[in-house]
Amino acid sequence: MRIVAAMSGGVDSAVAAARAVDAGHDVTGVHLALSRNPRSYRSGARGCCSIEDSNDARRAADVLGIPFYVWDMSAEFADTVVDDFVAEYTAGRTPNPCLRCNEKIKFAAVLERALALGFDGVATGHYAELRTAPDGTVEMHRAADAAKDQSYVLGVLTQHQLAHALFPLGGSVKTDVRAEAEARGLQVAQKPDSHDICFIADGDTPGWLTEKIGARPGPVVDESGEQVGEHAGAHTFTIGQRRGLRLGVPADDGRPRFVLDIEPVSGTVTVGPRESLRVDGLTGIRPVWCGAAPEGRVECTVQLRAHGAEHRAVAEVRGVEVHVDLLDPAEGIAPGQACVIYVGSQVLGSATIARTRRLTTAASDPER
Amino acid sequence: MSEPGPVYLDHAATTPMVPEAIAVLTEQLARTGNPSSLHASGRAARRVVEESRELIAERLGARPSEIVFASGGTEANNLAIKGLYWARRAQDPGRRRVMFSAVEHHALLDPVLWLAKHEDADVVMTGVDRQGMLRLSELAAAIDADPSSVAVITTMWANNEMGSVQPIADVVALAREHGICVHSDAVQAAGHLQLDFAASGLDAMTVTAHKLGGPIGIGALVARRELDITPLLHGGGQERDVRSGTLGAPLVASFAAAVDVACRDRAATAARLESLRTYLIDGVRSIVPDVVVNGPQDPAERLPHIAHLTFPGCDGDAMLMLLDARGIEVSTGSACTAGVPQPSHVLLAMGYDEDAARGSLRISLGHSSSVDDVDRLLAALPEVRDRSRAAKRCRGGS
Repeated sequence: MRIVAAMSGGVDSAVAAARAVDAGHDVTGVHLALSRNPRSYRSGARGCCSIEDSNDARRAADVLGIPFYVWDMSAEFADTVVDDFVAEYTAGRTPNPCLRCNEKIKFAAVLERALALGFDGVATGHYAELRTAPDGTVEMHRAADAAKDQSYVLGVLTQHQLAHALFPLGGSVKTDVRAEAEARGLQVAQKPDSHDICFIADGDTPGWLTEKIGARPGPVVDESGEQVGEHAGAHTFTIGQRRGLRLGVPADDGRPRFVLDIEPVSGTVTVGPRESLRVDGLTGIRPVWCGAAPEGRVECTVQLRAHGAEHRAVAEVRGVEVHVDLLDPAEGIAPGQACVIYVGSQVLGSATIARTRRLTTAASDPER
Repeated sequence: MSEPGPVYLDHAATTPMVPEAIAVLTEQLARTGNPSSLHASGRAARRVVEESRELIAERLGARPSEIVFASGGTEANNLAIKGLYWARRAQDPGRRRVMFSAVEHHALLDPVLWLAKHEDADVVMTGVDRQGMLRLSELAAAIDADPSSVAVITTMWANNEMGSVQPIADVVALAREHGICVHSDAVQAAGHLQLDFAASGLDAMTVTAHKLGGPIGIGALVARRELDITPLLHGGGQERDVRSGTLGAPLVASFAAAVDVACRDRAATAARLESLRTYLIDGVRSIVPDVVVNGPQDPAERLPHIAHLTFPGCDGDAMLMLLDARGIEVSTGSACTAGVPQPSHVLLAMGYDEDAARGSLRISLGHSSSVDDVDRLLAALPEVRDRSRAAKRCRGGS
């Protein structure tokens, strides 16, 4: 097949491209320019958008003997990922931009461009496993390396997208990938993993958001509605957050308090004790299914944030919503995050968390 | 049967070295000698440099002492524009205006903008018309606003993307009545047009070897002997005390050989490439009837070897990649920033929108180009056209 290998300049995508070449595909390396004003050098662990990363990708392509191009996706990235990120925080939700990038850029804008240019698919260095079922359907499963598993941020891909995706690293563990890069003579073998949000250069997400949204001071209240502090902007908080609340009035019982709720219109942030964070159900919207939509009540597990734990659950599609009952309560679930639904290792699909059902307040306020 | 080699249609970026230049280079590389050394080996190297200088000067209508060797076009342009600005400003602190055309190469544009940012220069850009030709009346009006404040005027001889040949004589005439010095970046013109430095009336002119069949890494600023230029590089003062650095006698000799061949064959090559260009454009038009041929139509106003084409509804970057995959090498004509192709500032200056600028290719012919090369491009074009249109559509037609 003719394959575009998306090459970030990191070790994973370089080895993924190498394996696609070894598998006999006709591979073209493509580095995605996502930033309008790329920095010259990567700093710390935030890498994939600097010119140095682009050069690292080019050198890996040289070693593999494949053609290499830079595709400018900065306008698409700004419109669909960065703007969405700001809008979601403004609305009091907590988005996952990596998931959004996979859904709208890597397996949408890039894939469609590749198909138009005569390629058959896109290979990336994601850790997830694709298996073809007897009926030809492509299933996505968790990666062999549980610590690196990225099926959560890929849970938004449709059958069409999966049918044109290659994840050559899904069956490998990271240490083997690094060793393989070393053996292949790839300079990026020991390059640190990237994490955090690539478009926030210094990693200071609250500061970055304040620059975009502006300071919007508001009250911090407890569950009874009594004001216990002030904040500079509701967008600097995430549900479940404990640090950095800087509350002037201590809790009556002296126990630590957590962000329970963010109300964007009034800018009210509600805090309370840890047990108030516990939820036993949630409602998801905009579901995306990797194959056919499930019917009836499905016993499953759900993951509610990147690198989060699995929770046993029962999910049911009702109209445009997905209702999920959690068999073990979860804590600190933020609207805007994805609820990815698994059966065993297989990803069924995902939905965006719109509302959660709080365990301790179930009597008075079943859904908020 | 062996694979056919690539079809190289990007001669305006760099053109293959002519055999004569390769022979001289390889022969000279085997010799030892610093042209500044006083012993026999040094003298021998110096002799090679000076004979080369004399040959280049003779072919370009200059005196040998007017040839200042440099590492290439970028260095020569930087030396000219910064060196002249500093020298003129030192003579007369009121001369702070630097006038340049909107279609200059980045190797000139960026030093001009640097002077504005760091050296307090007042930079004045002159626009071009839809064909990429300098608007002389605009330049004249800008000069007349305050002639005594102009430090230097620079206008490229021929544009590297469009091939438009600028009215150098008219620019020189406008400047001369006010005693303003004029530089021209002739990197793209040299070898394709007959250049006579003395007759041009220019004060300084940039040329480089690799655009005319010589090696990469050597060029020259041709500068009038009495011209005061503040050096960029300080050191041994090898070149008139204006440029320091040990001269590479092999590169200089190879440069001279290439200039010699280019000037010898110029008329015949220009006529052959002009007709090959016509064959190319006719062929493209039969496949893409709505193709737009950019730049001047009159052969007297453009270089013979560049065809700059806009393919409506196509994505130029996709076309380049698709052609490359088929062994055909062309350019979008635009510069890259961080590896990301930017819409050409030349097309934008000519009044095209960003969309047209992103759907364009520069196909440039050279001494090694053949009818077969053009035929192979034309054979690939139908599929490339279709796929690049599909690629453009998935960007929402933007």
